[in-house]
Amino acid sequence: MSILNGKKVIIIGDRDGVPGPAIEECVKTAGADVVYSATECFV
Amino acid sequence: MNSVIKGAGYILAFTPDMVMQNGTTQTTEKIVNPDSEYLKKVPEHLRSYEEVLAYMPNQTYIGNMTPDELATYEQPWYDKKAPVCDRYGKYGEIMPQDEFLMLMQICDVFDLCHLEKSFVAAVKPKAEAHPLYTEDMIAKIKDGVELSEIEHFVNDEHAEPLYHEGKLVGYVKRAHDVDTNLSAHVIHENLVSKASCVLSLLHLIKATGINKDEVDYVIDCAEEACGDMNQRGGGNFAKAAAEVVGLTSASGSDVRAFCAAPTHAMIEAAALVKSGTYKNVVVCAGGCTAKLGMNGKDHVKKDMPILEDMIGGFAVLVSENDGVSPEIASDMCGRHTVGTGSSPQAVITSLVATPLDNHGLKIPDIDKYSPEMQNPDITKPAGAGDVPLANYKMIAALAVKRGELQKADIANFATEHGLVGWAPTQGHIPSGVPAVGPLCDMIKEGKINNAMIIGKGSLFLGRMTNLFDGVSFIIQKNSGKAEESSVSEEQIKSLIAKAMKDFASTLIADAE
Amino acid sequence: MDLENQKRVKDFADQYGPENIVVMLGAAESEASGLAAETVTAGDPTFAGPLTNVQLGLKVYHICEPEIKAEVNADVYDEQVGMMEMVMDIDSICEEMNNIRSEYCKY
Repeated sequence: MSILNGKKVIIIGDRDGVPGPAIEECVKTAGADVVYSATECFV
Repeated sequence: MNSVIKGAGYILAFTPDMVMQNGTTQTTEKIVNPDSEYLKKVPEHLRSYEEVLAYMPNQTYIGNMTPDELATYEQPWYDKKAPVCDRYGKYGEIMPQDEFLMLMQICDVFDLCHLEKSFVAAVKPKAEAHPLYTEDMIAKIKDGVELSEIEHFVNDEHAEPLYHEGKLVGYVKRAHDVDTNLSAHVIHENLVSKASCVLSLLHLIKATGINKDEVDYVIDCAEEACGDMNQRGGGNFAKAAAEVVGLTSASGSDVRAFCAAPTHAMIEAAALVKSGTYKNVVVCAGGCTAKLGMNGKDHVKKDMPILEDMIGGFAVLVSENDGVSPEIASDMCGRHTVGTGSSPQAVITSLVATPLDNHGLKIPDIDKYSPEMQNPDITKPAGAGDVPLANYKMIAALAVKRGELQKADIANFATEHGLVGWAPTQGHIPSGVPAVGPLCDMIKEGKINNAMIIGKGSLFLGRMTNLFDGVSFIIQKNSGKAEESSVSEEQIKSLIAKAMKDFASTLIADAE
Repeated sequence: MDLENQKRVKDFADQYGPENIVVMLGAAESEASGLAAETVTAGDPTFAGPLTNVQLGLKVYHICEPEIKAEVNADVYDEQVGMMEMVMDIDSICEEMNNIRSEYCKY
């Protein structure tokens, strides 16, 4: 069963890892509905 | 001709009492969890002044150890003692808290900061003995006030208390009864930024030997904002700090771009000098109280000292080409554009690969990279990893994708083209610029030929855009040709002669 | 995790129902990934944010986990995450994520 397809997705990206908008691009192709995308900065 | 970097000043101020009073991790905890175990434990995890002097990353920051020397010591570093534990280094100093509080008072021109009588009596002689303070600065030290006055302002007038060794020794009062932009909290934050910027400027002037009258322009690139309710970020920290130091011929302005601001400011300074607009431009910034103890919870949980107990500051002098100092290659700057996107490879491509491609260079052609130079001792225990190392791996991974490096060489790339991180996590302070001084020294010593400074900024924290940001520039060995201030009569004659000769030969060619 | 982000996660779980939510992470390190995953499943381990003592048990994945990669268009994934696959310690991130999911995930 698909994890992302049709799901409401909340994204917590990392500036020094994978940032929010990059994750957003990815999960959209899997049919996810992105409801929130943020990027955290630990430094 | 390219402009050059004449020198750099780097300072730290040890502010353990501000960790509890002003660091946002602690002030937030006081609001949401006032009785927490963490808050009780903070005092036992604060270091002494002797301990911060003996801390190797701090000695590296002020220039008593090189980054290469620091790298020979196994991490963690907080449990090891530095081979040099001096207050002063070739780039600057590590100032103790009592003297820093007095420097804040010296930098206050609106009668907002006051210190207690006996504290002033004890600390004023130390300020008077400071090797770089001017007479004007010493003259600004005010008489101390009674403790009862301090208590009144702190308890009844919303003043920000100043503590030293756990004792109330002063206050910063609000500058307006209604305007939150002039609250005691904001004024305190801004005075700390200004004072640490001033100290950086004093050390830069000493390190470069520049005449104060010769500084034309100052660019402050910290992360604080000053202004009132009608212009919240109106600015000019730059001119305010220049005034204290006595840079009477300088104008200035503030550049704000989160942690990327120092690199933006360096590029702007280089262009201002190269264009001939100004001859000597200083880029500087003070530090940030909010980030004190930012990762304190993790440090305490892992039974370590709270390592974020230092306010940082820096200043760099960019001048006309003297034929000796390392040059800023102004035509080789990288920039993250609005259209770049946020995928890590797009970001690193825009900052690192694109400017090199434009000049036919490859990623391994740059001898050293200075991206985010955060001290891993601080970030690793907090789960954020070794930030400089992660950046080197990203640059190396991009080189692999471009076929300029073998995948197996990614780890070596970090050692050969990187530096270990040593800067405190003060936002803009660790971003690219801490290495400017050491890298210029390495270029002058012939150890390397060039280096790239990279600044990155998290614009999304301001909630105005989701964009990321970053810029980069390259420092390189001086080509050996100095800027000539005027053309001699002889040179003019020879130029005219050459022009006439060329003209004559075209006439002959046309006739034929 | 940032306090504002915790608040948003809590609100979205209320609005859409926790069973319909997937939280996606991009943290650079396994420890940071684990802390974020723990926050949206077992509650804020730092006891600071709105998710303190709130066991949402949300489904949570890291973008570099193979089951996620398999669902994403391969070209887009390579363009957005490809380089970071060489940088991040994917094995240790996956292990950490699996541990948190098996212990706290309710959906």
